[in-house]
Amino acid sequence: MSFGPHLLLATLEGLVTSAVLALTALGLSLVFGVMRVVNVAHGEFFMLGAVLAWWIASLATGHPAVGFLLALVVSPLIVGAVALVAERLVLRRLDYNPEATIVATIGMLYIIQQLALTFYGPEARPVEAPFSYRILLPWFGYSGYKLSVIAFSAILLLATWFVLTRTKIGLVMRATQYDRETAQAFGIPVGRVYAGVFALGAMLAAIAAVLIVPIQQAHYLMGLDPLLLSFIVVIIGGLGSLRGTVVAAVLIGLSDGIISVFFSPTLAKIIATLIVAMVLVFRPQGLFGTAAR
Amino acid sequence: MIDKNRNSGLLSLNRRTALQGLAASAGLMAAPGFVRYSQAQSSAPIKIGFQAHRTGIGAAYGRWYEKTTAAALKLINEAGGINGRPVEIITEDDGTDPKRGAEVVGKFASQHKTDIVFGTLFSHVVIGSAPTAGELKMPYYVVSEGHHVASTKMNRYCFQPGITDVKSQVISMAPWIAANVGKKITMIYPDFAFGHDHRDYFTPAIAAQGGEVIAQIPIPPTESSFTRYFPQIPAETEVIYHVMVGPAVLTFVKELGEFYGSNRPQLFGFIDSLEAVDVASPGLEFLEGSHFWEGMPRYLQPDASDAVKAYRNAVGIDENGAAVGDPKDVSTSAHMFGCWETLYVVKQAMEGAGYKGPEDRGKLVEATEALTEFKEGPEHPQGDKTFNGKIHQCFGHQNISVVEGGKLKVVHRTSIEDGLYEPEGDYTTQAL
Repeated sequence: MSFGPHLLLATLEGLVTSAVLALTALGLSLVFGVMRVVNVAHGEFFMLGAVLAWWIASLATGHPAVGFLLALVVSPLIVGAVALVAERLVLRRLDYNPEATIVATIGMLYIIQQLALTFYGPEARPVEAPFSYRILLPWFGYSGYKLSVIAFSAILLLATWFVLTRTKIGLVMRATQYDRETAQAFGIPVGRVYAGVFALGAMLAAIAAVLIVPIQQAHYLMGLDPLLLSFIVVIIGGLGSLRGTVVAAVLIGLSDGIISVFFSPTLAKIIATLIVAMVLVFRPQGLFGTAAR
Repeated sequence: MIDKNRNSGLLSLNRRTALQGLAASAGLMAAPGFVRYSQAQSSAPIKIGFQAHRTGIGAAYGRWYEKTTAAALKLINEAGGINGRPVEIITEDDGTDPKRGAEVVGKFASQHKTDIVFGTLFSHVVIGSAPTAGELKMPYYVVSEGHHVASTKMNRYCFQPGITDVKSQVISMAPWIAANVGKKITMIYPDFAFGHDHRDYFTPAIAAQGGEVIAQIPIPPTESSFTRYFPQIPAETEVIYHVMVGPAVLTFVKELGEFYGSNRPQLFGFIDSLEAVDVASPGLEFLEGSHFWEGMPRYLQPDASDAVKAYRNAVGIDENGAAVGDPKDVSTSAHMFGCWETLYVVKQAMEGAGYKGPEDRGKLVEATEALTEFKEGPEHPQGDKTFNGKIHQCFGHQNISVVEGGKLKVVHRTSIEDGLYEPEGDYTTQAL
């Protein structure tokens, strides 16, 4: 294959990775930004979203789009509810202590993963894509669904940006992020904001997972990769920064796509990790983050 | 701060109490068992440690290996066990991880005190566990399909008597591929021992048939997306030879379909790419007409023997190779028969050795090495096999199937002679 089409394929692959990664990482970033806790179980919320999507889609009959759309709505809601319960039962009782939260969320990671293995099983199972249009380029074919994932993710990111910057809910969240105690003094129900943000973060991961299951199947170990990549993205972009997260996701996704097509996927991972190290050394707050106060 | 200390004090007290309780109950359970064993050794069960992939990337295989093993165990015990003693299987999860695998072998030897260890599939786990089995002088019967045992690079305690190794499989099938599918071949394989076996033995095997491997594309075993590798497939490729493992294989086949559409090269795959996956899954339509290796056919073939039917009923799979009652729960048919047949080989060898207990492990090794052939029948439903005691490997028939109407139909069955090769060494010269 000649250089032009080769690069096009690499870019398309990279953009799909970016789109899904941006949503997942945004969830992680929101939770850290507002609550100042590191959620190690974030990848498992992603996995749970995918597994539930398979379950919901397999219950629905008729056109595959029906099952998929149902999964896209219901699966994130269930995952959000699970996160809400986890927040109430675990994080709140630890008083959001950063160290304790890390250990607790590692525990949640294993619990969710093993429950999925017990009740869902070890198989990788597919969800049928809502449509199976194949775009025929002169050099190769490409899945139309993959392109729609990019578009849908972009819309969702814009919506999140709108909520955060233009609505009262966003204002309350930002106030809590800026200064928890002052926010509380002004009558903001910080506890409820925390619960809401934790659920929202998990829901974003679940939506990303539902989008990815028609491409990669649901599997109980699928949460690890998105977790690591999300951490990389969040560190590069700056914890708590929406813009930074999106820019870093596109950067990591595209470089992963292009480097792995032209060289090797291992090199792509090496470079991503190297960027993280460089960012941590020279700009610890991330590209778009503000220095910790 | 004071509060916290008090809390942690309370916590450790609770834990200590709990541990004491645990230790006490474990002692209660262990004591009578120990007495019974020392009083009546002849009727004590023969213990087989089952190193199973319950978690990790091999979990789908592991689950069916357990089902097949349980089915064979039931029949063996109903027929009087081994040497008149009941057989007990003790299962430990190795997490499909080599390090954990070695620990599990050690645990079987020191804690469960099993007579042998059995059942491992993934080649890296076998290679990681074999040295421990050798050091502990623990007979280790694997159902792995890799060439590592037959390469004589493991040790005298490792056997693979229930499934043919990759080298033999690819040698036996290369002539058929060259004659019926195509001669310019691109190989796509996982970048670890199992994939390397394919690369190293198929490449010369096809060259001997006048074919050529024009590209080799290794893929990291943890990869989840494959489109990025497809541009490396040369345009003049006639056959894509694919052998993939792990949960992402369905993605691999789907993305290959999106990339090529109907205008694809011929495909020849190892069913490993689709074990535990329904061939009629959405996105797999493009496999129609492509060929697969199968150790044992997944779909019930019209000419299936009574032994095959009895085996399938005992394990609990329907005519499509899925669990009876759950058509979505597809089995790993092409490999799991190896557990069944290996258990019967162990039975035959233990009876040949007059095996009484761990002190007879050396005798068991020699008795296994003395085996030469296994007859087709209820104990060996996949077909007859020969066994080479010098390289601890069996040789059997291989099936090549075509995808027709979303099902696999056997179109060619190789002979045992097709897959024979010169032994690379001799385990029997090693000390016991």
